Formats: sequence, C-alpha cells, structure tokens
Amino acid sequence: MDYKRLINILKWLGPVILLFLLTGCKVVMFDPVGPVASEQRWIISLSIILMLLVVIPVIVLTLFFARKYRASNTKAKYTPEWSHSYLLEFIWWTIPCIIIIILAVITWISSHDLDPYRPIKAKDTIQKTPLIIQVVSLDWKWLFIYPEQNIASVNYLEIPKDQLVEFNVTSDAPMNSFWIPQLGSQIMTMQGMQTKLNTVGTRLGKFEGYSALYSGSGFSGMKFNINVVEKDKFEQWVSHAKASPLSLTLDNYVRLAQPSHWDPVTYYSKVEENLYSDIIMHYMLPGGKLNTLKDQYNKQLQN
Amino acid sequence: MQLLGKLTLSAIPHDPIIIGASAFMGLMVLLIVSSLFYFRKWTWLWTEWLTTVDHKKIGVMYIISALIMLVRGLTDGVLMRTHLMFSEGSMHGYLPPSHYDQIFTAHGVIMIFFMAMPLMFGLINILVPLQIGARDVAFPFLNAMSFWLFAISAILVNVSLVIGEFAGAGWLAYPPLSELAYSPGVGVDYYIWSLQISGAGTLLAGINFLVTIFRMRCPGMTLMKMPIFTWSALCTMALVVLAFPILTASLGMLLLDRLLGMHFFTADGGGNMMMYINLIWAWGHPEVYILILPAFGIFSEVVATFCQKRLFGYVAMVYATACITILSFIVWLHHFFTMGAGPVVNAFFGITTMIIAIPTGVKIFNWLFTMYRGRIIFATPMMWTIGFLVTFAVGGMTGVLMAVPVVDFQLHNSLFLVAHFHNVIIGGVVFGYFAGLIYWFPKIFGFKLNEKLGKKVFWCWFVGFYVAFMPLYPLGFMGMTRRLNHYDNPAWHLLLTIAAVGTFIIVCGVIFQAAQLITSIKKRKQERDVTGDPWNGRTLEWSMSSPPPVYNFAHVPRVDSVDPYWKAKQEDDSFDTPPYEAIHMPKNSSIPFIIGIFLFIFGFSMVWHIFWLAGLTFAAFIIALMCRGFDYDRDYYIQADEVKSTQAAGVLQQ
Repeated sequence: MDYKRLINILKWLGPVILLFLLTGCKVVMFDPVGPVASEQRWIISLSIILMLLVVIPVIVLTLFFARKYRASNTKAKYTPEWSHSYLLEFIWWTIPCIIIIILAVITWISSHDLDPYRPIKAKDTIQKTPLIIQVVSLDWKWLFIYPEQNIASVNYLEIPKDQLVEFNVTSDAPMNSFWIPQLGSQIMTMQGMQTKLNTVGTRLGKFEGYSALYSGSGFSGMKFNINVVEKDKFEQWVSHAKASPLSLTLDNYVRLAQPSHWDPVTYYSKVEENLYSDIIMHYMLPGGKLNTLKDQYNKQLQN
Repeated sequence: MQLLGKLTLSAIPHDPIIIGASAFMGLMVLLIVSSLFYFRKWTWLWTEWLTTVDHKKIGVMYIISALIMLVRGLTDGVLMRTHLMFSEGSMHGYLPPSHYDQIFTAHGVIMIFFMAMPLMFGLINILVPLQIGARDVAFPFLNAMSFWLFAISAILVNVSLVIGEFAGAGWLAYPPLSELAYSPGVGVDYYIWSLQISGAGTLLAGINFLVTIFRMRCPGMTLMKMPIFTWSALCTMALVVLAFPILTASLGMLLLDRLLGMHFFTADGGGNMMMYINLIWAWGHPEVYILILPAFGIFSEVVATFCQKRLFGYVAMVYATACITILSFIVWLHHFFTMGAGPVVNAFFGITTMIIAIPTGVKIFNWLFTMYRGRIIFATPMMWTIGFLVTFAVGGMTGVLMAVPVVDFQLHNSLFLVAHFHNVIIGGVVFGYFAGLIYWFPKIFGFKLNEKLGKKVFWCWFVGFYVAFMPLYPLGFMGMTRRLNHYDNPAWHLLLTIAAVGTFIIVCGVIFQAAQLITSIKKRKQERDVTGDPWNGRTLEWSMSSPPPVYNFAHVPRVDSVDPYWKAKQEDDSFDTPPYEAIHMPKNSSIPFIIGIFLFIFGFSMVWHIFWLAGLTFAAFIIALMCRGFDYDRDYYIQADEVKSTQAAGVLQQ
C-alpha cells in the first residue's frame, strides 16, 4: 500500500533532516553574539513551536485519514453526502485565528523593539554613546568609514565589545543588503538614500558579514569579517589603520568605486571630509565635485 | 542609423555550454520540421492547431509549451546545483559568474512566466467551459490571440540563448542593477519585451475568462453552484485583471529608463528604485496566488472525486478563496521588510500576511475532512494531493515564520527563503497542476496515463523535492545567501551536495514522466476511456465523451446542484437526449497566428533597436487586427444531423 511507503519515507526523512542540523557545524543564526540576534533566535523558535501546534496535527491527520479511509478498508464509516458541520468549521476558523492573533502581538511588539533604526535597550555595563560607522556598498566590496576616528577600511570591520554601534548605510552601486547574521538583522543599501542599523556585540570573536541582496557578477565576493574586540584592542587597531600610507581622498574613492572582484582588506588613514554625505548627495545634486571626478574618470577609462 | 541596430555577429555567444544548448535546440527544431514534411502534416498542423480557436486545442498547446519550458527551467536548476557542488573554496565550478547569473535569472523567469502560467492557462482553458456547460469561451478569437502572444514571447525569451544574452539581474530585474548603467546588454531588453508581450496576452485571457465565467454558465448554475475549480479560476482571473496592468506599467517605465534615458527608477535625476520594487511586488504577490489558487481548485476536485464524497465545506472554500484573493493585494511589502520602512509599516504588512494563513488553513482542514469518512482511491492524482497536504503544511509554516518582520530581517534573501518558496511552489503549484493534468488527461485525450509509471513519477518528485530543498532551510540558518556562485564554507558544501542529489532525483521524475507519456500513447487502445467518466467524476465535464466533441455539449445542460453529474448518475438522468439542434460555432482564424509572428519580429527588433523593422511589424499588427474587424465570415453552424452522428459515435464508443 502506498500510504505505508509514504510513512516509511517520512520515517527515513526525519532523522536525515536532524542529521543536517547536527552536521551543520556552525548554524550561525543559533549562535548569536548580541541581544538582537538572540532575541530573533527566541522569536524564531517560539513562532515555530506555535505553528507546529497546527502543522503537526495536519500532517498526522492526513496520514491517519489516508490510511483509515482507504477504499479497501470497507469497515470504515462512509458518509458520501456528509459535507458540512458548523461545529467543526467553527473550530478550524478559530484555532488558526487564535494562533495568528498571538503571532500578531509578537509581531507588533518585536517590530518596534527590534527596529533597526532604534538604539538598543542595553544593560548598564554597556557603553551607551554609539560608535558610528558609515557603510557604503560598492561594486563589489564594502567600504567602512569611521568618521570619529577618521579612518576607513575595505572589507573588514572592527568594533569594541559592549559598545553600541550605529551603522549608517548607503550604496554607490546597485542595491545590496548589509547583513551580519550573528549580530542580527540586515538592512538594504540604496543609492542616494541612507538606512540605519543599530547593534551591539557582546562576545569577543571574528564573525562573518555578507551582502544578502544580489548586485551583479561580483556579488559572491561581497563578504567581510567583523572582529569584536576589547576596547583597548580596538584603539590599537585604530592607530594601526592610522599608520596606513593610503588616504581616502575623493580621487582615491572614485578609483575604489570602480567595479572589482575579491578585494583584499585595505585601510585608509585619512578620509576626505564629508565623503559619506557626498556619496549620498551626489545622486541628487548634479555638478558637484564627486560627479565631476567620476565623469572625468569614466572618460579616461573609455579612452 | 544602422540597418540592423545593435545586432552584429558578435551577438552569438562562444561559450561551449551555450553553443551545445543552442545546437540541441536547433536539432530539435530541425527534427520537428523535417518530420512534419516527412509525414505531410503541414496542412493538418495549420488547420487543426495553428489557426484553431477551439478552447480545448488552445489549452493543449498551452500545456505542451509549458512542459517543454519545464524541461528548460529544470535544466537551469540542475546546472545551478551542480555548479555549487563544485564551487567551494579553491574550486570555482564550471560556470563563469556572469553565466551563472543568467542561469538563475532564466530559471526564475521561465519557471514562473513560461512554465507555471501556461500550465495554469492550459488547464483553465480546457476545463472551465466544460465545467460551466459552455461551448467555448466568450471570445474564442481573443483566446487564440492570447495563446500566440504567450507562445511567441516564450520563443523570444529563448532566442536570447542563441542571439545575445539572457538577463542577469534576477527574475524581477531590480533596478538600478537592471538599468542601462549596470546592465548595458540586451538581456534585460529581451526580458522586458517578452514579458510585456506575454503579459498583454495574459491580461486579455484574464478578461476573456472573467466574461466567460460570469456570462456563459449554463442555466441553473448560480455562482454558488459553480464547481470549485471554476471558482478558483474566477478569483485567479480577477487577480490577473487587477495585477497584470501593474506589471506592464512597471516594466514599461523600466523600458523608458533604458530606451529613452528617463529616470523613473534611477538614483539620479529624481528617480526612486524602491518605487519599482513596490510596484513589481504589488503585481508579484498576487501573481503567487494566481498560481496557487487554481492548484487549490484542482485539489478540491481531486479530493472529492477520489474520496467518493462531497467536498467538505463548499461555502467555506469559496469564502476562503475570496479572502485570499483580496488579502493578496495588501501584503506585498513583506518582500522587502529590510528596506527599512519602519516598525508600523513592517508590522502591518507582517500581520496581513499572517492573516492569509487563516483561510488557507481552513482550506487544508476542509480537504482533510473530505477524506474523513470517505472511500479513498489511491490513484495518482490523490497521491499528489496527499503529498501536497504534507508538504504545503511545512511550506506554509516557514512562510508565516518569515512574515514576522524581525525574523525576516535575519532570513531574508537567504537560502531559507529559497527553500520556502520552492516548498510552496513545488509542493503546491507543481503538485497541483500535475494532479490536474493526470486527472483530466483522459478527458482531454481520450485515454488514461499509465498509473504504474505515474506512481514512480510521484515518488521521484516527492522524495526529490525533500532531498533537494530541505537542506536549504539549515543552509539559510547557517547564513548562506541566495544567488551565490562561490562560497568557502565546508559546512555548506555537504548540504549543497545533498541538494544537488535531490535535483537529480527530480530529473528522474521528469524522465519517468516522459516515459509515462510515451508508453501511454503507445498503449492508448488498452487505456481508452470509453465511458467519458473514468474516475467516477462529479462535475459536468465528465458527462460527455472523451475527448469531448468540438461543440462540447449537444444540449446546453441545466443544473441544480454543486455536483450535477454525480446527482444525474444517481438519478439515472442523461444530459444527452435527441432531438438535436444546429449549433452555432466560431470559425478558425489565421489572424492570431499571423499577429503572433508580427509581434515576435516586433519584439526582437525592439530588443536590438532595429526601429524601422519594429515600426513596420507594429503597423502590420494593427492592420491584421483591422482585417479581423472587417472579416464577416466568422462563424458557422454544425447541423443537427452532424450533431446526431457525432453523439452516436460517442455513444458507440461507450
């Protein structure tokens, strides 16, 4: 009988799926390093459990009914005209409604609590004035500008542990999405617009960041490492970057913004004043310095 | 101006994989053309198929195109998965990034627009008039035109394989990536023009079926006595008519950006790319329901027939379908929560999305309780239905999970998302359409498909789906984003390899499907459906011979219940009683096919900027339409004698 084969296959699939989960050495989403990702993990688990309350009965009932009311089982009851019951229909309009109401409440509250624009509500041990990092997605690399430190880096981020971080995010390339799974939440990067992402790292370590939104042929290389370090280590790193011979002038920026694949980590010891806001604004204000430089450079390339 | 616009010899790709694929395509075309000459079938092809306005034949042509496109789309999928198997760390696969990008774009575009859509239109074309007791659709000529607009678009999008390139901007061509600055090639133009032309065909078909269902139901069939498949078709067509103009408008603006240097969606010049993304999903989300609602309808028919029991909760089903139809228009923002619209907007769209789970859940329980106290026959359509119930429950759950905005902030655009939508599209749409195809196959062609091979098909697809897509859920949790062509994480490699194995199991399923078709055609004499009612059906389409006569119903039936044929069988009624009357029918027309050819050349020349030819063919298209306006010889009568002899032949078969 076919239902037997179906059940057999399901029996076989269950452990296989479990195996997947176990062999996946590092399931980053279940290994959060900050309050955002850990709350997200909790909401994922809670929602799955709530929905399994309906999904498991559905699967079990499907297989059970398929088995019990098979045509060869003539002992089972057969009511060919029975097709309506207020009570039953009331039950299965209500149960999903209740679950969805619970989920809706969770959705409403969590959307406000974990809004990426909102500074994290953090414990007292955490440094409250945020470190501001300006993120620019380029073809196909990430540029991180530290305006207060007046340094910049390509494809590498370093942040102090237990300090709030505010990412200001834009793009000078097609849309991307700025995503560090273990810190939680991603946000799209768009030309001529700024989005924000607030976060905090509460554990030391090196983690991976990605672009989650496809942006062309070099997209696979749009990843970076983020290092969460102690405060003094961070200061050391800043002075290390300060020692870099490169500085991010407008000229150098225009060169950097040209499409390239798999860029190595690069530091810039100085950043042109207002570079980040120029990157955003030059789309709306034609004729500015950045526009002129870009046009010149493109003409050079064509010749 | 150059005579051939941008078209030069260098447009023909040199990649060995593409040359191989083009050679194969050329060989197939050559084979078909030469066999048409050899068997002298050109006249038959012209009079019976290319110029037909018969809804059944148009439906068959839709289905054949869809199955061909299924093979093309599946090949793309297999290429992607095998590439990723060999693309970890120091390995770099066998596809260069730009080619890989074209392949995943092609996979999405072809599977949605040129596989799922025509399969749906094929089934609706054949079944809706039969289910509502009509002799054809409301506008048969328009129906043929819709088909040819679709068919030539499918050809146009495939021509890009041989001449030029496929778009590499993802299946929805998000700007600014799809703008001239970042996609200077012709790929996006092929994409725009083929979707514009087929979209026009889809919209016309939508209007056609709305009118058909509203105006051409047989006496006694009130809206609440319509078969549930027709109900789902009605809601689907309402969605088509409301949503497709949005697609046309947004692609039109993208086209203006590219062609005339406008700034609708560019960052500079005051454009806004997020506008496109809002618009495209305002079409895109209803599109999802355009695909799934007919599948729900099919499951409702199948489950009632094979449980030999009335569908549980018909009224609830209708209302659930209508709820989904309306709700599908207010959820589009869940495709880009990560845009940063703010908590209120995100929460609103998250909650509306979850609400859709309620009517969908009700439908699932109604199917379940149709099985309860039924007498379930495990024919293959029923197996697809059970496979659907199990699979769709999981897919629905992951869907609601991602409807929570803060969860989506983590899972968006990861492989978790890819797993989710394949879970609902394969588990729902594909399983559903396959169930429908097997269920109605004897009605369409007059013989049953081989059940033994059909079961093998089911198990390959079912197991193949789980092996190919379940690994993508944990991969999403492990942070793997979609559309990557290279990665260096050994933990991902194992799961991706398992997924690749899964796609090969699905390929086995498709091979079995081909084998099933061939064996069934060979053994069609043994499997002939002489009764016209092979499954002990319930609705009107089973009341006539298989395949149905060209006029469908000798007498327009009169119905007074949801399952009129089931009732008639129990009361020993017959819909077929002499005397017969002459039947008024539409005449074949070559104009839709000719319009198709004109629009194909028009689309092709617009892609390559051959504007003189584009102008010429567009004018020819308008003239062809006007010719139809002045063609007064559009209809004919099938005389009563002929009806009598056709009906007698049908009875003789019985």
